[in-house]
Amino acid sequence: MIPLATGASSSKERFMNFVDFTFCGQALRALGSGALWWPEQRVLCVSDLHLGKSERIVRRGGVALPPYDSRETLTRLAADLEHSQAETVICLGDSFDDLDASRALPAQDRLQITAMQAGRRWIWIEGNHDPGPVELGGTHLSEWVLGSLVFRHIATADGVGEISGHYHPKASLAAKGRTISRPAFLVNGQRLILPAYGTYTGGLRCTDAVLAKLMTGEAQAILTGSNPVKIPMPR
Amino acid sequence: MTQIPSRITDWFSQKGWSIHPHQQDMFDRAQEPACLLIAPTGGGKTMAGFLPSLAELGEGGHDGLHTIYVSPLKALAADIKRNLRTPVDEIGLPIRIEDRTGDTSATRKKRQRADPPHILLTTPESLALLTSYEDAARMFSGTRRIIVDEIHALAESKRGDQLMLALARLQTLCPELRRVGLSATVEDPDAIARFLARHPDPCHIVQADPGPDPDIAMLQTEEMPPWSGGGAAYAIPAVLEQIKKHKTTLIFHNTRAQAEIFFHNLWLANDDALPIGIHHGSLERQQREKVEAAMVRGDLRAIVCTGSLDLGIDWGDVDLVIQIGAPKNVKRLVQRIGRANHRYNAPSKALLVPANRFEVVECVAALEAVKAHDLDGDPRAAGPRDVLCQHILIAAASGPFDADMLYAELTSAGPYAALRRDSFDACLEFCATGGYALRAYDRWQRLQQRPDGLWQLRDPRAAQRIRMNLGTIQDTDTLKVRLKRSRGGKPLGEVEEAFAASLTPGDTFLIGGQIVRYEGLREMVVEVNRRADRKPKIATFSGTKFATSTQLSDRILRMFAQPDWPQLPKHTAEWLALQRQMSRLPQRERLLIESFPNDGREHLCVYGFAGRNAQQTLGLLLTKRMEETGLAPLGFVATDYATLIWGLEAVTDPRPLFNIDALREGLDTWLAGNAVMKRTFRASATIAGLIERKTAGQKKSGRQATFSSDILYDTLLKYDPDHLLMQITREEAMRGLVDFGRIEAMISRIGDRIDLLRLDRVSPLAAPLFLEVGKVPVKGAAEERLLAEESARLLQAAGLAAQ
Repeated sequence: MIPLATGASSSKERFMNFVDFTFCGQALRALGSGALWWPEQRVLCVSDLHLGKSERIVRRGGVALPPYDSRETLTRLAADLEHSQAETVICLGDSFDDLDASRALPAQDRLQITAMQAGRRWIWIEGNHDPGPVELGGTHLSEWVLGSLVFRHIATADGVGEISGHYHPKASLAAKGRTISRPAFLVNGQRLILPAYGTYTGGLRCTDAVLAKLMTGEAQAILTGSNPVKIPMPR
Repeated sequence: MTQIPSRITDWFSQKGWSIHPHQQDMFDRAQEPACLLIAPTGGGKTMAGFLPSLAELGEGGHDGLHTIYVSPLKALAADIKRNLRTPVDEIGLPIRIEDRTGDTSATRKKRQRADPPHILLTTPESLALLTSYEDAARMFSGTRRIIVDEIHALAESKRGDQLMLALARLQTLCPELRRVGLSATVEDPDAIARFLARHPDPCHIVQADPGPDPDIAMLQTEEMPPWSGGGAAYAIPAVLEQIKKHKTTLIFHNTRAQAEIFFHNLWLANDDALPIGIHHGSLERQQREKVEAAMVRGDLRAIVCTGSLDLGIDWGDVDLVIQIGAPKNVKRLVQRIGRANHRYNAPSKALLVPANRFEVVECVAALEAVKAHDLDGDPRAAGPRDVLCQHILIAAASGPFDADMLYAELTSAGPYAALRRDSFDACLEFCATGGYALRAYDRWQRLQQRPDGLWQLRDPRAAQRIRMNLGTIQDTDTLKVRLKRSRGGKPLGEVEEAFAASLTPGDTFLIGGQIVRYEGLREMVVEVNRRADRKPKIATFSGTKFATSTQLSDRILRMFAQPDWPQLPKHTAEWLALQRQMSRLPQRERLLIESFPNDGREHLCVYGFAGRNAQQTLGLLLTKRMEETGLAPLGFVATDYATLIWGLEAVTDPRPLFNIDALREGLDTWLAGNAVMKRTFRASATIAGLIERKTAGQKKSGRQATFSSDILYDTLLKYDPDHLLMQITREEAMRGLVDFGRIEAMISRIGDRIDLLRLDRVSPLAAPLFLEVGKVPVKGAAEERLLAEESARLLQAAGLAAQ
């Protein structure tokens, strides 16, 4: 691959909080923010941004939630980009809450996306919420393969080396009388499921049947937060 | 004196009853725009409310609704229907009576709107819902009277504020509407009258003969109460003795968890197998109804209960009320005592059981207050704006409205009489656009102003959503508990979601007096099996934890000022004397702070007597201030009377810590991120319509679509801190769980009269605090550290490397 950004040496990575792990032979890093960093390829991957969610809800006659979710999501993404100096960004689907939401994004947010895209390869993977191309820069793909890894929105039954999102997994841990529940990465020998990165996103417990079925074998959960931690995936 | 129609008085005579003076008085004043009756239970209060309706309707010729009766309990509406039916049928009055609550079938509700009865018995929520329909004017036309029962209870909650707004609406629809309030004994009848009447109408107060003073005492026990805790297990044998001596005993508890534990212990000691039941709000409805029915039949000798039996159906045969734990509030105690012996003019009998040594003092103070007829209560705050937002949405659901007229109408409601126009406009703006600093949704406004100036829903289908989210009662996230059977076993009740999440299969807990074993979670139902052989974990219920009232706290402090305490049991008097000798007793006009080392750590005990919620908040604010000044606090614990803080450094100058401006700033900045504030926000945001209640279907399906309201709070705090809902959250924080208002009151009362006493060891008064549960660790990073430790342990246990 051809690096598009210049001068991004690995010494420029300035992550504070992360958990390193190996997946299908690749050294990967789960960031506390919920983003995935692949140092060797200088790829930053985020899933389920759900930009424009509050706008979509109100457009459809729902309640008017504080309209700051897209700004907050993009601000966090900009910080991860600043710290990683990523050369490639993969948005793993459901980047927009629907295609109309991608068009209704305020000028300020569009401008921020453009600024983040400058000098980088940017890949929008299609999701079930945003199944078509959006009117923004970057490449639109249904899935993307790099080395031994494949990036797609929804995990497939026989996927191997597969990195996906969609389910918004979360995991909880009972520690000394209190239960701590966080969005979580789920990983086993064949697949990795990312937590949702968007601000207004809920989570699906990893004990849910659909996730338990996907994450067979010795699965682990990495809880996000200011100090991410790895635990055996609760079942 | 107005003559009550003879066929009604004849019926009374046939029954061997006579009209009470207050019933006659209420009848004489039937034409007044508003009237409030204050009477003890058993005083024929309901009949006093209905007599004018029966007389007016008895003449015949009235079409449609005449009288609306509102009570806080569904069960009460159904009960009144039965009780009213008897005289109406026996006298032969041509009156149709129906009830309408959340339990009424949809077809019946529909028919009631087309063809309303003469007398409609309902709840505040059902009434508000009725006003939200486009045909409300037709349904209510001609209504003459509204009777608000148990108005003292409604006036303490947002349900009452909502009801008074609905009344303002009704008054516009039916200008001839007259209002009647029925109340138990309260400390400030004038406040209830202002609450009830259309502002600025006068409201006459009729005081019934309060009857003889109750026969009330502390329960004598062999064993001394323990130093701390709330279970009162020591009193079980003495309580059983009392149950045996009386026909039917109600045993009140302050929390559901305590009721469960006490019932469990009582059952273990119940060698004579006396029939005893349990009743609280987290139990399955069928189970509660079963207990109520058994009670009415006289099959039960005792019921262990909580505030769920504070109101409601008259239990004729109750001859003893036992209050376990300090009553916290004298007025509620008096009302609870009134549950015993509903025969008018017979004294009620009650016993108080302190759960620990400090509560002995509190119980004695409460007894003295009851004897002195000195009731407590906080002055009613102005009507909250989250309820107002919901009212605006309800108005919009019923049809286009004019903002000026709506404002004029709702300021006729007592709680909103002083509402400023700009306050109202902010609420209207919130309902229309969300009211955000970022004008994002102008295209999608919820309410739009038409060219003729009226406001209406942009999407008429929104009316349905507004109706589905109506109401001010907060349901915490609870999960149903069922016995595990192949086809779904018997429902037992509910536990909080957070408690369910902390369970692992095999854990045991108490529910409905049974020990059950957690088996697993299926489709959001907690499945359990009966299990009698293990010591239970305790179910956590959110039932309100009441703080000791200001007046009762003051009484305790006045008692502390006595030279000796002949009214206290010897063990408790000696304890206080020892405190006076070793340290000092707290005084009302001063703030006592003790500083002492214990077990290698420095301790600070602050006797604020501000009630548990305020003392808890004080702990949060003080430890934050201490952290900033390098005093390295490690944790604290709070009770109704004190906060105990431990840390590495001794405090030598407390004055900077108690600077009110600094504390207030802490409330605005640091406490803003606290979980209690987030809970407060969530309640208001739900009432105001920003968060929609989850339907049963949504609860069952996965949770991806919904996200925590904490995220909304954090977002507003960061991007829009002056948003209306943030203002409301701060207003709410002055009361309730945060209760900052009482911290302010305490600090303004003591000024700089702070006494810091350095002791060489724990003082007698501080000692029980060490045994309190609910210690709060002070570490911003506490959760992260717990997480790190626990994950390392788990990974190790699983044979995995940490990274």
